[in-house]
Amino acid sequence: MVGIFQSWNIALSIFNLCLISAVMTMGANIQWGYAGLINFGIMGYTALGGLAAVLISVDPVQEAWRAGGFDILMSLWLIVVMVLVIRFILKRFEKSKIRTYSIAAIIISGILLIRFSAEPGIEAIEAVDPAKTGFLGGFGLPIVFSWIVGALFAGGLAFIVGKVALGLRADYLAIATLLISEIVIAIIKHEDWLTRGVKNVIGLKRPAPYEVDLQTTDWFIKLVEKFNSGKLSVIENLADREAALNQLVIEGSSVFVKLCYSGLFLVVVIILLILTQKALYSPWGRMMRAIRDNEEAANAMGKNVVKQHLLIFILGSAIVGIAGAMLVTQDGLFTPGSYRPMRYTFLIWVMVIVGGSGNNFGAILGGFVVWFLWIEAAPISLFLINFFTAGIPETNALKAHLIESVPYFRFLLMGLGLLFIMRYRPKGILPEKIEIK
Amino acid sequence: MDFINAIILLLNYIFIPGLTYGSQLDLGAIFVTLIYGILRFANFATGDMMSFGTMMTILFTWYFQSLGISLGVLPTALLAIPFGIFFMILYMLTIDKFVFKYYRTQKSPPVQFAMVSIGVMFVTQAVVRIIIGPGDRRFFDGEKFIIKAREFKEMTGLNEGLALKSTQVITIFVTIILVSLLFWFLNKTKTGKSMKAYSDNEDLALLSGIDPKKIVLVTWVIAGILATIGGALYGLDKSFKPFTYFNNMLPIFAAAIVGGIGNPFGAFLGGYVIAFSEILLTYAYKKFFMYILPESMEPEGLVQLLSTDYKFAVSFSILVIVLLYRPSGIFKGKVL
Repeated sequence: MVGIFQSWNIALSIFNLCLISAVMTMGANIQWGYAGLINFGIMGYTALGGLAAVLISVDPVQEAWRAGGFDILMSLWLIVVMVLVIRFILKRFEKSKIRTYSIAAIIISGILLIRFSAEPGIEAIEAVDPAKTGFLGGFGLPIVFSWIVGALFAGGLAFIVGKVALGLRADYLAIATLLISEIVIAIIKHEDWLTRGVKNVIGLKRPAPYEVDLQTTDWFIKLVEKFNSGKLSVIENLADREAALNQLVIEGSSVFVKLCYSGLFLVVVIILLILTQKALYSPWGRMMRAIRDNEEAANAMGKNVVKQHLLIFILGSAIVGIAGAMLVTQDGLFTPGSYRPMRYTFLIWVMVIVGGSGNNFGAILGGFVVWFLWIEAAPISLFLINFFTAGIPETNALKAHLIESVPYFRFLLMGLGLLFIMRYRPKGILPEKIEIK
Repeated sequence: MDFINAIILLLNYIFIPGLTYGSQLDLGAIFVTLIYGILRFANFATGDMMSFGTMMTILFTWYFQSLGISLGVLPTALLAIPFGIFFMILYMLTIDKFVFKYYRTQKSPPVQFAMVSIGVMFVTQAVVRIIIGPGDRRFFDGEKFIIKAREFKEMTGLNEGLALKSTQVITIFVTIILVSLLFWFLNKTKTGKSMKAYSDNEDLALLSGIDPKKIVLVTWVIAGILATIGGALYGLDKSFKPFTYFNNMLPIFAAAIVGGIGNPFGAFLGGYVIAFSEILLTYAYKKFFMYILPESMEPEGLVQLLSTDYKFAVSFSILVIVLLYRPSGIFKGKVL
């Protein structure tokens, strides 16, 4: 529809983001719909996925490694030692006040030690050509690998968070995960040696061909010519036809690149859909629902509730991590400043609730519908405002003000949508199908 | 002399800003804690409700300024706050009637309430942005400083200046007055006591003839007062920007939980705990040590424990630690 009204290019970019949103929503849906765990830290996992894309695909900055690589590796080693020492103490000694205090002392002194040992290295790295690099770079691998690594990163964080916070009651868990994700963003924003921070990383590698290359490739020009042969044959003049073809090729190349992305993303969505559907109807899925609906009963049946909660928390977060890496892949740039809880946590939750928690198709539908509305809310509300104020002259202050604030109607639309769904269809558009008899 | 200089330095850069920031957090934290204790949900719309109240205050400030009314040395906003409060309460009661009431009668679980409050958050954000726009606004007028740094230096002959902004003094004073009034209300009046009873045990409170409708109404009225004044004071001291207010929700939550959620006194102290730990951990102590240590021992670096970029992260880490070791907060709040 957008393809006809606006352009195929816009339609495809919305479609791609819909696919990414669908993946994120599936991740959140696994946690909330299957297991009833509330995770408001989606933003943090998305950002970690994005970080993975950077670390995998960017070429290593040799100079920076020479300047400060040793210090960084030393600090990493110190962190590992610190964790091992703490584990050793936890295993070896009985729980007591002295143990708690000594662990706290180790952590504090360790952080201070690492800060002082890493500082010269960090400064040296950040001083290496700060306008272009000023960070360690990555491994220079194809960016598609980062989707898996993104999942690993996010899963790793989820393991730590889950160990720490999963015992909390639902609304406390929500707040704790929200705040932890803010901490993650703060680290990504300000550790310039790792991520370039707010200086952003641009020009990441792409899994799809570049538009400029496509425009000079023979087979692609022939393809475009074939598709538009009807249109082209009307034009008599040879020079005119050449110009028209050129225009079409430029348009077609960006559409083609977007189509490549859509294909890749579709594959991911379909694989995930198959896996999640299988999981939902497997004995494991039944167990998760049993735990969700009655934790004590499931516990009494001998199911390890804590372990399963942790597992599903990691799985869901890993899926969100994939989506984060996909997002950075499609944009080709990593901007830590753009990770905001509104867009990456709460909007995803609106998708989950609106689509239908516990139903994978619902999650995908929610991702599509909500993202579409989020993007198209401005044009729609502009149309509505113009429609209802048709009688009022253009110069009217109220009308001008309303038209100026059109971008914010998307918040209104989302909020009202969420409230109405919560009120009149609390299970979402596509409710969970399994009934427990 | 050096010692006094060091003290003044700490006063100027740590104590006064910490006290101000803590007071601003306080009002929000008590707002969160009241809603949590009595209406039993974590209100994710906190920051945006505060920005709504502030927006109303700003609109009235502009109106008064256009009429030429002012309070002289005091900011005009103080005059506008009561009107802001009125509209804030009106807005909250409308939302309660159309949104929260349904779930209250259904006895929905707290998670559902939290989700609904996210819907309210979206709507409130939209309303604020549509009415006043997303930009940065300053609405402070009147005398800016009570003591200027340079005047202080000339007056005392010290090296370090002490600046005291009038907004800081207003913030601290208003907070103290408001909080003491609130505690008096909660502990001494009949309505306040019945609110506490309702918070402790709903069924028992209903049995003893407490009217739940009245409790809810009074809670929203108090919440409206706290939200508007807290938001307006923050806006006076810094500036008003809807996005900042949304972000402020997080340290406010941290303050409420650190103090023990559901416990207003805990929230009051929690605000200061959060504010001071943020400032103490991110302040560069180099100058302080230069004053108190002999010259030979002067530190080389900035002597900063964490860079200022991690300001927010500090308060969140404190919250996470508190949640782990003492989930009911420093001053026992609701049991989880």
